[in-house]
Amino acid sequence: MQFLDQPIEFTLQRDHATPTWAARVDAPGLLAFCAAVHAAERRLVALWGSDERDRDADLGYALHVAFDLAEGLACLTLPLATENPEFPDLSLPFPAAERMQRALRDLLGVRPDAGDQRPWLRHANWPADYYPLRRDTPDVTPAHFAATNEEYAFVRVEGDGVHEIAVGPIHAGIIEPGHFRFSAMGEGVLRLEQRFGWVHKGIGRRFVGMGLAEGARLAGRVSGDSTVAYAWAYSQAAETISGTQPPPRALWLRALLLERERVANHLGDLGYLGNDVALAFGLTQFMRLREDWIRLNARLFGHRLLMDRIVPGGVAVDLDATGVQAIIDQCHTFRHEVRKLKAIYDEHAGLQDRFLTTGRVTPKLARRLGVIGLAGRASGQRWDLRCNHPCAPYDQLTPQMAIERNGDVAARALVRFAEIAESLLLIQRIVSEMPDGSVRSEIRSAANQRACGWIEGWRGDVFVALETGVDGKVRGCHCHDPSWQNWPALEHAVIDNIVPDFPLINKSFNLSYSGPDL
Amino acid sequence: MFPLLRQILRTGLISEPAPAADEALRATTQRLADAVLRQLGRALVIRHIDAGSCNGCELEIHALHNAYYNLEALGIKFAASPRHADLLLVTGPVAKNMEVAVKRAYAATPEPKLVVAVGDCGCTGGIFGESYASCGRVGNVIPVDVSIPGCPPTPLQLMQGILAAISPRAGASKSPSLLASDWSCRCIPKL
Repeated sequence: MQFLDQPIEFTLQRDHATPTWAARVDAPGLLAFCAAVHAAERRLVALWGSDERDRDADLGYALHVAFDLAEGLACLTLPLATENPEFPDLSLPFPAAERMQRALRDLLGVRPDAGDQRPWLRHANWPADYYPLRRDTPDVTPAHFAATNEEYAFVRVEGDGVHEIAVGPIHAGIIEPGHFRFSAMGEGVLRLEQRFGWVHKGIGRRFVGMGLAEGARLAGRVSGDSTVAYAWAYSQAAETISGTQPPPRALWLRALLLERERVANHLGDLGYLGNDVALAFGLTQFMRLREDWIRLNARLFGHRLLMDRIVPGGVAVDLDATGVQAIIDQCHTFRHEVRKLKAIYDEHAGLQDRFLTTGRVTPKLARRLGVIGLAGRASGQRWDLRCNHPCAPYDQLTPQMAIERNGDVAARALVRFAEIAESLLLIQRIVSEMPDGSVRSEIRSAANQRACGWIEGWRGDVFVALETGVDGKVRGCHCHDPSWQNWPALEHAVIDNIVPDFPLINKSFNLSYSGPDL
Repeated sequence: MFPLLRQILRTGLISEPAPAADEALRATTQRLADAVLRQLGRALVIRHIDAGSCNGCELEIHALHNAYYNLEALGIKFAASPRHADLLLVTGPVAKNMEVAVKRAYAATPEPKLVVAVGDCGCTGGIFGESYASCGRVGNVIPVDVSIPGCPPTPLQLMQGILAAISPRAGASKSPSLLASDWSCRCIPKL
């Protein structure tokens, strides 16, 4: 199979929930394919690497790049030399690739041949030649390397009256850590530069040697607000590896949990967006709704945030008739409640004044930067796996994609309102139309297999590439958060806005720190 | 404006009684004198630090502010700087990249100070353990007074732990103004 008129012969991968093809490629072939993907207005999904020196002399190291094509997911593998492993810089067609490349250089010691060469995940807390994803790198205790405060070469803006505002890593709120370096003139933001990696926990290395089931728990903790999306994507990959089909009812229950996670996060965000424009009423009301919502999660599924409810092979929960009724009733109540609050937000002049035209990412810029997920849809980018590549049961549910084109805070709020309404409908349909039957299949790992999982979380699409070794344990697992693609867009969204609007703009994206920091 | 006011009135008061302190969560015996605790009890200021969390604990800490748990009505509020804080609420295994920042935040917090480690990761390192990138539990980096397990702990468990951090030493006489036993403030509507 060939795509986009490129002479690369892809092989269809068996048993994937989304049609998935894979091929090996050389460097010029990869560059040509990237150009073709970009020209066809398709996109980069993820970029990661692996150490193959111990089992495949031809490969040495490997660079893996996944693309979203009209037909499905296409994964290219580029072998890299053992000595001086270097790969072509892909950040020209796909700007979001730059940070992924920097992270890969830090973790595996394979380098892009151009572009930004500053470290990303590695701060000055372990040596530059300690590569945690190389298979011959020894384990060390935390005390082995001394923690130091890094000097990072931020890009300086010069000129009369330009000053810098440094924020973080510990932020002035209940937020994840990151560093924002503003160059400002008075109140106006001239430039924002992000420095992340603070919550890098070594997840990639931690996966190695885990059993398939244990790996699902770790995947569910890459980003706690998206635990359902990660657990589902990971489980898809684990099921492909073991050649197991989860029972149909399990897939419907997974969709129920995923939509409940989407609604819970959107409710919280809408509250905080109100709060950030001094409408504390919005926070109080939406947080009350969110609490009602997740209390039902706890009552029906035993966990407020739905962690570990999706497991390889199926789900660890089921729903009886009383549960179905409770969910239907709650959806009715919430449709009414959210509509009331939306009317108040719509009519609130102060809120609209702060929301409209603030933090704009035009559709053209979003297209150029490759913005995806919720933020992408608020800037006219029609990416939603549930619609573009629906896996079961979304192929039967046919969700409506929420699209706005203004790309400002208001648009991102509107997409959230629209998605809550749509998810409430989906949830009612799911619990009404769900097939009967078992909810979990036995799953047995298989040696030397690789597979992908791909799920539209509330923030955007979550991608997992999983591989087993000779013992059937996890040999490697790359979890890709949609925030990789969207963080750079925030740097653009704040230009020419005022510094005090940054928290509002940041919240309107609500991107993950833990997810991409890994 | 009227729909907004109507919504406030219709919602009414939904705050629930606060739980009692859970003494079992104490990692060390109370270091602070009763006199200090009496002061803190009415006006505890918390600085939250995410030292490497997956963001799950943060969602539940946010929930403490919703109208059901209404933590602020107990006199407990969150500050933006460790210099304004009595208590550090630390989540996550301490990421190696956060080690310096966590130690600096601890140093910046004025004495007397308390540290509450939150979540399985904060208590033991959790699923992330110890490695080149993770220092493991919060206690490996700064002294911890109370550990609240859970993945993530529920808002009620968080309240039980925070209240334990400011409860008097076992055997000491209970002060009437301590939060856990003080309900009067909950009856006043915050409009």
